[in-house]
Amino acid sequence: MRVHFKTGYDHDIRLFPDAREALRYAALLAVAIALPVLLDDFLLGEATNVLIWAIAGMGLMLLTGHAGQPSLGHAAFLAAGCYANAILMDRFGLPFLASFALAGILTGLIGVLIAIPALRLHGIYLAIATLALSILTEDIVVLAEPWTGGVAGMTAPPISIAGVEVDRLASPDLFYWLCLAVAVLVTLGYRNILRAPLGRAFVSIRDSEISAQAMGVDPARTKAAAFGLSCMTTGWAGALMGHFFFTFNHEVFTVVISIQLLLMIVIGGLGSIHGAYYGAAVVGIVPQAINLARDAVAGALGGGAVAIPGLETGIFGLILIVFILFEPLGIHGRLVKWRLYFELFPFYRRDMFRRQRSYLKTERLR
Amino acid sequence: MTLLEVRDATVRFGGLTALEGVSCAVERGEIFAIVGPNGAGKSTLFNLISRFYQPASGDVRFEGESILARSPSDIAALGIARTFQNIELFERSTVLQNLLIGRHTRRRASLPSQIVFAPSVRREEIAHRGAVERIIDFLDLQPHREQTIAGLPYGVRKVVEIGRALAIEPRLILLDEPASGLSVEETGDMRFWIDDIRTRLGVTVLMVEHNMSLVSAVSDRVMVLAEGRVIALGTPAEVRTDRRVVEAYLGSETPAR
Repeated sequence: MRVHFKTGYDHDIRLFPDAREALRYAALLAVAIALPVLLDDFLLGEATNVLIWAIAGMGLMLLTGHAGQPSLGHAAFLAAGCYANAILMDRFGLPFLASFALAGILTGLIGVLIAIPALRLHGIYLAIATLALSILTEDIVVLAEPWTGGVAGMTAPPISIAGVEVDRLASPDLFYWLCLAVAVLVTLGYRNILRAPLGRAFVSIRDSEISAQAMGVDPARTKAAAFGLSCMTTGWAGALMGHFFFTFNHEVFTVVISIQLLLMIVIGGLGSIHGAYYGAAVVGIVPQAINLARDAVAGALGGGAVAIPGLETGIFGLILIVFILFEPLGIHGRLVKWRLYFELFPFYRRDMFRRQRSYLKTERLR
Repeated sequence: MTLLEVRDATVRFGGLTALEGVSCAVERGEIFAIVGPNGAGKSTLFNLISRFYQPASGDVRFEGESILARSPSDIAALGIARTFQNIELFERSTVLQNLLIGRHTRRRASLPSQIVFAPSVRREEIAHRGAVERIIDFLDLQPHREQTIAGLPYGVRKVVEIGRALAIEPRLILLDEPASGLSVEETGDMRFWIDDIRTRLGVTVLMVEHNMSLVSAVSDRVMVLAEGRVIALGTPAEVRTDRRVVEAYLGSETPAR
């Protein structure tokens, strides 16, 4: 097991505990940058999809995983970011970078506005309220037809950054790098918040609202900040999604997307940035794997293409149940355990991560 | 000089009167204990001071100003810290992170500067860390610094909670049963810490405690509550021999009333 010999407080504050860890992430980033060379266009498209989902996942992870506020309404914020970006480019002629930044900020503001009434709700009630938001989105997109194109949908305007055309189909490499850059920046910002006072305030609200208040954390303001930052990030993911799908209408951002997002962060591991990426990988890879497996089975049986309705949803549901039953900490939690197992070998004990008996919680004061 | 004053406070929950016309004044620099049988209203008084409960009548004044208009999250910034009877720590965080939350009211960094983790944020974090390390030294928490709360024994959790309250750098600390559930040795340590909090850190202590030997050993004054009313107030020796106190705890020899 590696022991970090700390010589200053900065050792606990900086991003990487030691050079080895920093190198590991540098290598990961290098591979990520080199991916367009390594993969064909189809797989690169899948990688781009995973990155966009990971950005959206980080948005929801901040709110649900760190601030402890469940949301089933994040498809609404994906839609808000997607349409805001497209409308700002289309109608107002803003360049991509400006409209992209603004789309996120606008979505964040919408999030804060929605947070204000929603903050009176806790747990399952908050989930239900945000679910309503998800359901409303579809109708709002249809009703706002003059802006959103309604049922007919909208086409994402071409992206041009400093004179370079970035197109999902014509230059998938450039679009992939764009998504990667956004993902890296969002990850850095997320990590920074977690090591700053705001991140600790989020966690305090999640774990014990009452003692957070006694420590001077204002729950309403902290939750509003969590909603704002979460929705801003999700809005950026939505804007990228719009360009990835190229055309989109009222049917794209449904409740199913919201549920899939929540499922993604639970599978990935609540309360960790890694979890958002792992979950995005699962959500990105599983549908393709299902398609391949189905075609293989159909081929073996000698039949043509088969369609099994609800297969994908069913398999996702099954994966979720398996994780909740056997690994509530998600993929990230499982990997941490494996890593610890090898680091401590042969001293790892099975109950090392078992939750200790929790002592009486202070009775609800109001 | 009076630091905290409760004036004629009455708290009702529906038909139940938890506190009735309670008045007391905590002087700066003293250790003031509140004792009383279960259901006497001790924790209600604490929750009134930390603004979780609203009184039906009466006033709570801190440093001469009424704090009734303040919300629970404003109280820490005024300089009042508290612990909870059933330990309310952030279970999935380390001891260090729990203590750092106590520095929340001292933060200066703006949201954008936190997102980019500007050098000023780093300097601030290092300063907070320094303050927290002094508390870790004060309470001998060094072996547990990096441990998550979920894995800590009960006695250590109690100390961590006091540490977290001290990280606020309060002028008044409210300790809700600091020795409950502690072993004899841990209670002995707690006694010295409570004394040190007053003498070395200069923090006024208001505590609820059942352990009378601890109360007698550290407190300057004791207030006895029973059924929501103050039945005695004085030095530990005075209170222990007070007839009404003995009655409240043991019942009277001749049937009262």
